[in-house]
Formats: sequence, structure tokens, C-alpha cells
Amino acid sequence: MAYTLTVNGSPHTVDTEPGTPLLWVLRDLLDLVGTKYGCGVAQCGACTVHLDGVPVRACVTPVSRVGAKAVTTIEGIAANPVGARVQEAWKSLDVPQCGYCQAGQIMSATALLAATPKPTDAQIDEAMDGNLCRCATYPRIRKAIKSASGQAEA
Amino acid sequence: MNAPVLSRRLFLAASTAAGGGLMLAFNLEGEARAAGPAALSAYLKVSPDGKATIASKIPEVGQGMRTALPMIIAEELDVAWEDVIVEQALADTKVYGRQVAGGSMATTLEWDGMRRVGAAGRWMLIQAAAAKLNVPAAELTTEPGRVVHAASGRRLSYGDLAQAAAAIAPPDPKTLVLKDPKAFRIIGKSHVQTDTDAILTGKPLFGIDVRLPGMVYATFLKAPTFAAKVASADLAAAKAVKGVRDAFVVEGGTALDGLLPGVAVVADSWWAARRGRNALDATWAEHPTSAQSTASLAARAAEFAKAGAQRVARADGDVAAALKGAAKVVSASYDYPFIAHAPLEPQNCTARVKDGKVEIWAPTQNPEPGRALVAKTLNVPPENVTIHLIRCGGGFGRRLINDYMVEAAFIASKVDAPVQLIWTREDDIQHDFYRPGGWHNFTAGLDAKGDLVAWRDHFVSFGEGETFVRSGGMNSTQFPAGAVANYQHEVSVMPLGIPTGPLRAPGNNAFGFVIQSFTDEVALAAKTDPVEFRRKLLGEPRLIGPEGQNDSFHTGRMRGVLDLVAEKSGWGRKLAKGRGLGVACHFSHLGYVAVVMEVSVAKGEAKVHKVWVAADVGRQIINPTGADHQVQGSILDAIGSTLRQKITFENGAAVESNFGDFPLLRMSETPPIEVHYLLSDNRPTGLGEPVLPPAPAALCNAIFAATGKRIRSLPVGDQLA
Repeated sequence: MAYTLTVNGSPHTVDTEPGTPLLWVLRDLLDLVGTKYGCGVAQCGACTVHLDGVPVRACVTPVSRVGAKAVTTIEGIAANPVGARVQEAWKSLDVPQCGYCQAGQIMSATALLAATPKPTDAQIDEAMDGNLCRCATYPRIRKAIKSASGQAEA
Repeated sequence: MNAPVLSRRLFLAASTAAGGGLMLAFNLEGEARAAGPAALSAYLKVSPDGKATIASKIPEVGQGMRTALPMIIAEELDVAWEDVIVEQALADTKVYGRQVAGGSMATTLEWDGMRRVGAAGRWMLIQAAAAKLNVPAAELTTEPGRVVHAASGRRLSYGDLAQAAAAIAPPDPKTLVLKDPKAFRIIGKSHVQTDTDAILTGKPLFGIDVRLPGMVYATFLKAPTFAAKVASADLAAAKAVKGVRDAFVVEGGTALDGLLPGVAVVADSWWAARRGRNALDATWAEHPTSAQSTASLAARAAEFAKAGAQRVARADGDVAAALKGAAKVVSASYDYPFIAHAPLEPQNCTARVKDGKVEIWAPTQNPEPGRALVAKTLNVPPENVTIHLIRCGGGFGRRLINDYMVEAAFIASKVDAPVQLIWTREDDIQHDFYRPGGWHNFTAGLDAKGDLVAWRDHFVSFGEGETFVRSGGMNSTQFPAGAVANYQHEVSVMPLGIPTGPLRAPGNNAFGFVIQSFTDEVALAAKTDPVEFRRKLLGEPRLIGPEGQNDSFHTGRMRGVLDLVAEKSGWGRKLAKGRGLGVACHFSHLGYVAVVMEVSVAKGEAKVHKVWVAADVGRQIINPTGADHQVQGSILDAIGSTLRQKITFENGAAVESNFGDFPLLRMSETPPIEVHYLLSDNRPTGLGEPVLPPAPAALCNAIFAATGKRIRSLPVGDQLA
């Protein structure tokens, strides 16, 4: 089946099975490798991308369900002013350790701040709890979200 | 090229860099490497544009060595950090010496040598400037990127001097004057990791991001029971899946860390390979370890506990007599489970095999054993195997073993294209080299004053005779060894058919839990405050064990961090009902660490409210932001594994398979962590591991303080319900 997807503002046509997860379309067919495979069952959040600004797990999102929704990946998130702010905060606080989960963390954090510009700690927990970080950079992720939202660090 | 300069440890050779400038080749193995050509070496390059390029030889797994080690060179060279370019060296121990991300040893082993490399470069640039300005070198000094002649106010940039410096003979490293640490401009200041921009923008960086022309993707299905052979597999069904190029059985061997039997599926995309694998409907042959289970191992351990130890590994004094004469005897048995590493990037490797040459792109912590394994398995000379070191999406010790590397190379040898093998998460959890479980049967004796007079630990582990399985051994120097007159370390082992291996602070990650938890029980029996009891046990500041030996233990250094963490945490303060403070301290990887946690328990769940850490890893923290990362990450790693992680075995296979049943700690469970470094007059040592071991006991001791429930078996799980 041929599918035309809008990824980071550009149209791409791919020929694949309807059930192919968006994650593998991005990685193997479109060569956008910033979105990561971590668990394949929506338990770790490493593959988080946006569909029309809403965070979804690309590893369990079949390509057939994307339709006309705009796909945004880590490669395109800097075009979103909130995303750019999140990346900036991440850098100034030196958030990553190994860095593997951070694309997913940034996508979730950007979606959180787009919807909730000044999140409380509880809101941060709720939005970010599905994004695992094996290095456990959580203290800095929390700080960076607060910093990107213009709130004083806790 | 000038004649190379040798010292016992450091080998230096200067030449003109390609494109001009100074190329300073160096090797920290000194004389052992002197025979080889100098170009075959790690290097520091100073280019005519003033940039300093530094080869980083240690694999990067998130521990920050691609940043911290170049910082050391840059400091002594005296260049601005913005002018430093870090290049990843290939894997080649013959050229670079030790290339292992493991044991927390990089800082310990490289600190002095890296300083001297930078200082040698600076010295040569100064000599070049002295010749150019026609002044004595002694009148010259440097500021970042420049040699300065203060008397005349003249300055020459490193870039302008680099070419001339290349013609100067390198100095004898022993004669170099290193910077006064008070003058450090880079070391001791936080520097963001060198790869951070690439991480934050999703650039290809990790093993699974490698792309080669014509590359295909592979999965490899192995038996749930380790090393069981393939009985049947529907290869035709797999090949019928669109995009699948090939599917074949791999005979494999029986060595658990080698190429195991399985079925490979190769396809145009990984998803197609995955679908092909689902169609295999494979069955597996009976295997000698098919009956092995967590329950059967525990039953055997219980028999050992009852029957007594197979052997005595260390006996100081007379434990039996001391226990007989003790005013009070305390006994308790502890155990901990197998656990998996679960780095977030699943195991993967890319390989190309052509004309007898093997080229590998591997996220590995320890490339050389992988090279040997690949060479042996593919029957090619080791020098025909090239290994590119790729940033690892987490390691924690898992990638010290290169089973996935040999799988990728073997599959690539059967396919006329480069192959990228990617494991599923289930493959990763079910085919790990697990932190082995273990059992400790303790007995301690106290005299009438409440002082410890006897300590016995009957350790039950895995192995045969006097040999332990990998990472299943225990040193007989664990404190309080040497601090109590009657000390006995006993050992029993049983055979095991499950792969085991090092996990962050191997051995110690479990010994810290059992020893520091039991110490708390003994303190309670002695009716002494847990911090005060540890102080008494540590006694006068002294070294237990020979000078210069890695497991020799300095009681004064431990006392230092214990006192510091007690002060910072407000030890002894009154807490609300249902809350408790727990303390633990442990020595490993040359680091002394004490931890206090504040914990409450509600609805059967422990919640950590705050953590205080005091660490003594010598006189210098190189990159504070990276150091804090390691400390906080170790603490959180320990909280996650202590509360919930275990791998259970049934029918010789792992039961857990993904993050649903092998949970990692989450954001909402993360307490604030206060980190304090006690800078002592000792050489700087590693920080990736020593903070983890005291944390599980600090947590469980806090649970006891809060609830009166002693946790003697990990994980905590539902024991608080």
C-alpha cells in the first residue's frame, strides 16, 4: 500500500504494509533515525512523535492510521518555538547521559508545554511518567521543563 | 618525525599533521608500545587554525568520558574548550591500550597521563615560541590558545606556532611541570557533553542509527532456554513475508557468551524481518538446563545454608569460639535476585563481511574480546576485523560482552550485503548476562559493651569448585574484614546454566545491600545508633590491606563521608510518624560513599522523599555536571532495582520480557538528591559505579526505621503490603 505522510512539513510517499508501525516507516523507509526503538509496546516512550501536536508512541501507531495528520519528529521539533525552547533548556542543563531516550523526552516535554505552559510538578509527572530514562536523568528533565516554561527551578 | 620519547608509562612522538600543524602521538602503555610506529597511537593535534583535535579512545556509554578525558588534555595544553574537537578512535588495543568502559577505571588510569600529554604539547608550543621570539622559554607562559611573553607583551597563537612545534623533540614526560590545580580553567568546571547537540536534534549517533549503502536488517531468534538447539522452524513461511530476503538456521555453539543456536531472518526493513520472525513458529530441542528455575536454585541455596559451607575463603581469629563467648549473637539470611541491565538501546550491531575482511560498527563497552570472538567464529585473522566504536545507548556493563557482535558478523557472512542486527526488547531482557542472584547467611557476635567481636558470612553463589560464574564471586576483603578480630568468609557454589555478567558495580551492588543491612541489624542489637555503630566499627583512621592494592580499605576516608552525610542529612533529627532515615556506606571501585535516604511507607509502597550522598573519589572532580549525573543516576538506578526489579527463571528461561514486568524507575518516583564531594588528598578515581552499592541498604534501612519491617530479600516488591 502507498501512503503519503506529512513529516516535519514535507510530504513523503512510502509503500508498505498497513500495519507497519510509524516508527519503522520513519527509521527504515524515510531514514529519520532520531526517533528511537526502545520496547515496541508503548512502555518506554523512546519513539514519541507528534501527530498534529499530540504525543503518540510511534512503535504502536500503524502507518495506516496516520492519515492526513502532520507528523513531527525530533528532527523537526526545532521549528516549533516551544520545541526549540525545550532543546535550549536541555542543552543548558546538560540533561542527557547516554542520550538514547532524550528525543522521546523532548517530544513529550514539548507537547506538555504547548498544552500547559506552566506545569506543576504533578503535571510534569503525569506527562513524563511514560518516558523511561535508564540513566535516570529525571531530576534534570524536571529542571529543564521548569526552565523552558520560565518557572524558577524547584 | 622526531625520535620518540619514552617513559615507563607514557610514549610521545611528534610529527607534522596532515594539513599542517603539530601532531603529538601518545600512548599510555609506554615502553610496551615503543616498538610500533608512532603514528599508530592516540593523538593530540594542534592545527594552524588553532583548533586542538583530541582522539577519545574510551567507548562512550553515557558515562561522559568523551568529554572528561579530553578536558584533562585541554587543560594542560591550555586551550579554550570551544577550540577542542573530539574524534572517536577506532577500536584497537594494540594502538590505544586499554579501551574499556568498565570498572570505573578510566579516570584512575588516564588522569596523570592525559595531563602530561597536554603539558607536553604546551611545552613544545612554548619552545617554538621561544625560538621565534628569540627569548628564553622560561620567560614564556600561556593563556588559552596563546603563548605569552609578558615582558614584551607579545603573544603568539597556538595555530601560528603549531607547524614549528612539530619539528621540536617532545619532552621527557617525567620532567614536565603540571599546572597548579588552583590555576585550572577547564577541569573542575562543568562542561556539556560533546555529543549533546547531536542528541538533542536527533542526529544519527547510536548503533541502530548506522546506515550503509545496500544495508539490510536482521533479527535473530534464540531459544528461551539458553543455548538450546533449533528443533524446527518454518523458514518458508518467514521467506514468504514481503520484504524478507532470507531466513536460515544458525547451528551455533554451547558457550553462553559465544554464537548461540538460533534462526536469522534478513529483510529490506527491520519490521519485515520482525514479521518474518513471527512466522517462523520455531520449536527447540531439550537442553540440560531446561529444568532450571528460580525455585530450584533457591531450594539448593537453602540446603547449603542448612548443611554449612563447602569451603572457607578467609578465617581471621576463631569465629566459632568468639560466637560462643559473645554476649549477644545475631543471625540473618539475605538474598537478592538476578536482574537485567536493560539499557534503553536494545543490543544491535552492523557488520559487513567481504573478501575475508570484517568491518563492524558496534555499540560496545569492550571491543577487543568481540574482535577475538568474531575472528574465531568466522575463522578470519583478528587483524582482518575492523571495529568502529559507536556511542552506546546505555551500557551498565551489558555491552562488555559482545554476543550481539558475533551474531551480526555471522549473519553478515551469509548475506551479500551489510547487515544491521537489532534485538527486540524481549531478546534483550531474556538473553542478558544477568547480575547473578545470591544468598548470604550472616552471624555476628557482640560483647557485653556492644562491640562487634565476630562476623561470619556464608555466601552461596554459582560456579564449580573454587571457580565462580562470571560476576558471581566475592572478595574476602569486604568490610568489616580486618576490623573485627574474628572474621570468617565461607563459600558454597552450585552449577548454573544461565548467562551472568557484570552490572554496574558488579558484586558490590549486592554486597553493599547485604552487609550494610545486616550491619544495621547488628547496631540495633547493640542498642547503638546506626551511624554511631559504623563510626565505632571503622575506628581509628588506617588502611586495612596492603598499600596500593585496589581493595585495600581506608577507614578514615569512609569515616569522612559518613560524618559528612550524617551532618548534611540532619541525622538523628525527629521525623514524622511513618517516616524513617536509613544510612549505609560502602567502598568499591576505589571510591568511598555514604548515603542517607528519607523514606515513608503508605499503602504498601515505599516512597523516597530525599537522598543525601557524600562521596570521596579523591582530590579532583573533573567535570562536575558529568559527576553529578553519575552520582544521581547511580542512586536512582539502585532505587529502581531495589524496589521492583527481578528476573525469574522457569524451564531454564527468563520469565520477564519487557518494561511491563521489568520496570524501570519513573519520573514521579524520583526524589531530590543532594550530592556532596569530600575532596581528599588522594588521586582522582572513577564515579560511574561506587555510588550505587550503598544505596539499596540506605533505602531498606530507612524502610526499617519507618516501619520496623526488615527487608532481607530483594526486590522490596509487595513485602510492605
